[in-house]
Amino acid sequence: MSLLSVRDLTVKFAMRDNTVTALDNISFDLAKGERLGIVGESGAGKSITGFALMNLLSRPGFIDNGKILFEGEDIANMSDAQMRGIRGNRMAMIFQDPMVTLNPVLTIGQQMVETLMAHRKLSKAEAEQIAVVKLREVYIPSPEERLAQYPHELSGGMRQRIIIAMALLLDPELIIADEPTTALDVTIQADIMELLLELCQSNKVGLILITHDLGVVSQMTERTLVMYAGKIIEAGRTREIINDPQHPYTQGLINALPQQTKPGMRLKQIPGNMPSLTAIPAGCPFSPRCEYVRDHCRTTRPEPVQYAHVEVACHEVNRLHRENSEEQSA
Amino acid sequence: MSMTTNAAEASRWSRIWDSNMAYSFRRNPVAVVSLAIFAFITVMSLLAPLIAPFDPYDPAQIDIMNSEYPPVWVDGSDPQFMFGTDDQGRDLWSTILYGTRLSLLIGLCAVALQAFLGISIGLIAGYVGGRLDSLLMRMADIQLSFSTLMVAIIFLAVTQAMFGSETFNQYAVYFLIAVIGVAEWPQYARTVRATVLAEKKKEYVDSARVLGFGPLRIMVRHILPNSLSPIFVISTVQVANAIISEASLSFLGLGMPPSQPSLGSLISSGFDYIFSGSWWITAIPGVVLVVLVLVINLLGDWMRDVLNPKLYKG
Amino acid sequence: MKDAMSDGPLLELKQVEKRFDLDQGFLETIKMRNGKVIREKRSVHAVNNVSLKVDRGEALCVVGESGCGKSTVARLIAGLLKPNAGEIHYDGTRIDNQSRRSMIPLRKKMQMIFQNPYASLNSRMNIQQALEEPVRYHNPGFSRGEVRDKVAEVMRSVGVDPSWSARYPHEFSGGQRQRIAIARALTVDPEFIIADEPISALDVSIQAQVLNLMLEAKDQRGLTYLFITHDLSVVQHFGTRVAVLYLGSVCELADTATLFENPKHPYTRALLSAVPQLKDDRPNHIRLRGEIPTPINLPQGCPFQSRCAYANDRCLAEQPRPVQQPDGSMVACHAVEEDRMVD
Repeated sequence: MSLLSVRDLTVKFAMRDNTVTALDNISFDLAKGERLGIVGESGAGKSITGFALMNLLSRPGFIDNGKILFEGEDIANMSDAQMRGIRGNRMAMIFQDPMVTLNPVLTIGQQMVETLMAHRKLSKAEAEQIAVVKLREVYIPSPEERLAQYPHELSGGMRQRIIIAMALLLDPELIIADEPTTALDVTIQADIMELLLELCQSNKVGLILITHDLGVVSQMTERTLVMYAGKIIEAGRTREIINDPQHPYTQGLINALPQQTKPGMRLKQIPGNMPSLTAIPAGCPFSPRCEYVRDHCRTTRPEPVQYAHVEVACHEVNRLHRENSEEQSA
Repeated sequence: MSMTTNAAEASRWSRIWDSNMAYSFRRNPVAVVSLAIFAFITVMSLLAPLIAPFDPYDPAQIDIMNSEYPPVWVDGSDPQFMFGTDDQGRDLWSTILYGTRLSLLIGLCAVALQAFLGISIGLIAGYVGGRLDSLLMRMADIQLSFSTLMVAIIFLAVTQAMFGSETFNQYAVYFLIAVIGVAEWPQYARTVRATVLAEKKKEYVDSARVLGFGPLRIMVRHILPNSLSPIFVISTVQVANAIISEASLSFLGLGMPPSQPSLGSLISSGFDYIFSGSWWITAIPGVVLVVLVLVINLLGDWMRDVLNPKLYKG
Repeated sequence: MKDAMSDGPLLELKQVEKRFDLDQGFLETIKMRNGKVIREKRSVHAVNNVSLKVDRGEALCVVGESGCGKSTVARLIAGLLKPNAGEIHYDGTRIDNQSRRSMIPLRKKMQMIFQNPYASLNSRMNIQQALEEPVRYHNPGFSRGEVRDKVAEVMRSVGVDPSWSARYPHEFSGGQRQRIAIARALTVDPEFIIADEPISALDVSIQAQVLNLMLEAKDQRGLTYLFITHDLSVVQHFGTRVAVLYLGSVCELADTATLFENPKHPYTRALLSAVPQLKDDRPNHIRLRGEIPTPINLPQGCPFQSRCAYANDRCLAEQPRPVQQPDGSMVACHAVEEDRMVD
């Protein structure tokens, strides 16, 4: 049985007079210990997916339809009390900005001990011991001293390590990381990612990594979902998606990276913008920006189909593939 | 040509109608009722010369024999005077209309003066910074450490003594506007300065500086329009405060003379008769004053909720 | 005359330094240390002894991590900050000590693009007003028609439909706003553009659009760029030369191709190795010890010493000077100078 199984998840936002669909029929599975990347640009719905999985959506957002089965239990219909038993305990979340996640008026030790004692029957001394062990696991130097420090006394990288340590406190089976290193510098980002990868592998923790950075996804995850305008448009093994993307959007996203073009040459850009949630086009959401578009793309929504090694939601994937291979052979 | 301007006009109106502010206004019954009452009071008082059955400023229309008639719903009233008459025989309804007009006028003008002083000083202090900022803000602190009423009482008492009550009564409106306007500028200056300090750090200000624009243009064209929200909020509260200050000063006999009564001096003049049974001379203008100030404050509350960036962007 | 002028660099920074005082008032400078009251003024050393030259037509990229002083360099050149020491010359004229008024003619030549397109446009002005303002200000003789033509031309050149000119910034997406911000800088026909992280707030597919736009503007208008960024893949694509900044000092300055093929400074190597790669073959990521120290109390000697694997006594005591290498790059490192680094 898979650890997490999402079926037809639809999330809507209540607006003034109507509702808009932020997530449209999302389905995917995550095996125990598997690392999954969710890639997309801002507005694609990737962060909302993370929040929905933790059942953390707050008004005006709500789960309209679908199931989120976490080890067979449906999270989508759980009460707050039931959710508290899962959140932080069996499922943890790491956010983008470490300064917002940590409470500035409590010491690191207080925050860690509080979390532990809320979920486990432990004495304060035992809880502190566990905290020290976890801090050591994330390579925090002299962890005993850190317990007495406040978040503002630590650097950004150190804070994010502490957040990872806190996420691991209760040995969760799944970590959802929403852009965990976007606020950090390149050299620190590489360290944190390496650490996260190592911890997930050694503790057999499942990871859902939400990011806009294809490079990060490529190095961290085994499988990838590409999202566009609230839909999954391509899903498959990360390697296959990076090396041989099938959906025109994924292709465009990868080709737009500067390292894909010779220095100084014009980059291959995708024209236009991601549609806003209030104005998602009928048919394929990518159709207004797509160079392979045909009439039926504008009217019928493409369903995901298995193609090559990936699952892709595109009407024209056959033609696309043919044309691309002709281009290469020519 | 006119077609296109019409279309543009219409879209502007629909834009305003669709905006977040208009939407939250429509959804908030307290704000709608408050605005309706405020508009009603304002329109009535502005139209006073047309609506009022008598001119309270015209001695020819006042007959002392008519004094202290009660309102029409009390026994012994004269149907000519809806709200009764005051001690001098003036029709209370007409006097209230004229008095409200004076109170509103003084309140709005005083706030305009406050706003002009406070916004200029706040903009300069916030944008220039350094020693000038410290100097201006210390001045504001000193000004704030005297209460408005105390400053006003001293100033008005001295002017009254200097010019004699004849001249004073003639120019009382201007004195009141000046003193209430000057006494409360630090409220504006502080708010504006705080906003300017926040706005100054934003990149559009840097961008204007890189384009070579001068400080005056940056302050007036760029920073000021972006600092308007808190100015609106504070203005509503200040109008209410100014109306109360004016009423208090007039009540103390330092404001509008009994011959040109504002709401405050009307309340004050009726106060002597409250125990002789003529409660209406004080009570009715009192109710008008309370309602006027209350609706302005309610509007201010609503505006603060709507314009609070933390509430509506987050 | 003209030839003589264009021979020299367009922009030159000579040993520029910038400090920000942390303790401003008198009372803030008073502190307790070991039971004694002392007066101490702390300051952030944002830029230390930076010398750079930008030649006509090139795109010099300044890279570094947060706190390395790269934005401060941009602001110093743009005249938004005054240096504490050193000189900045533009086309042979010293500009860091001029008044605002005497700078106005130069403002037409030198413009800046900012990082955050959500903050760099005045939200109370519509696009037409925002673009007309600089045209009018710098060309008081223009008629209304000329101003409007200029604005329409610039809008078209950045790919913004001139019929949108009555709209306000909040009606546009981030990428479109950045186009408008670029348009605003181009309205005065500058020859030099300082771009402070112009694409880092944008999405990947939009980044490509904006980078293409900037490359186009470079070709069509003969622009020179100073491009501030933390993204090395953008540097590789956009820059002709690269300056790597660490704690306010330039540690390596080289042609882009040279730097990416053969990075020499230990920090440059670590930085290059840390970029996440798309393809599987990940180069060995060089782990640095610790994190970037705060630039409040700079160490004596090399600024990179606390994280460098090759640091020795000399690095702790003496600040390295930039030394020219055989391939033309300038590197400020004792280890490179002494050939101590073993690959």
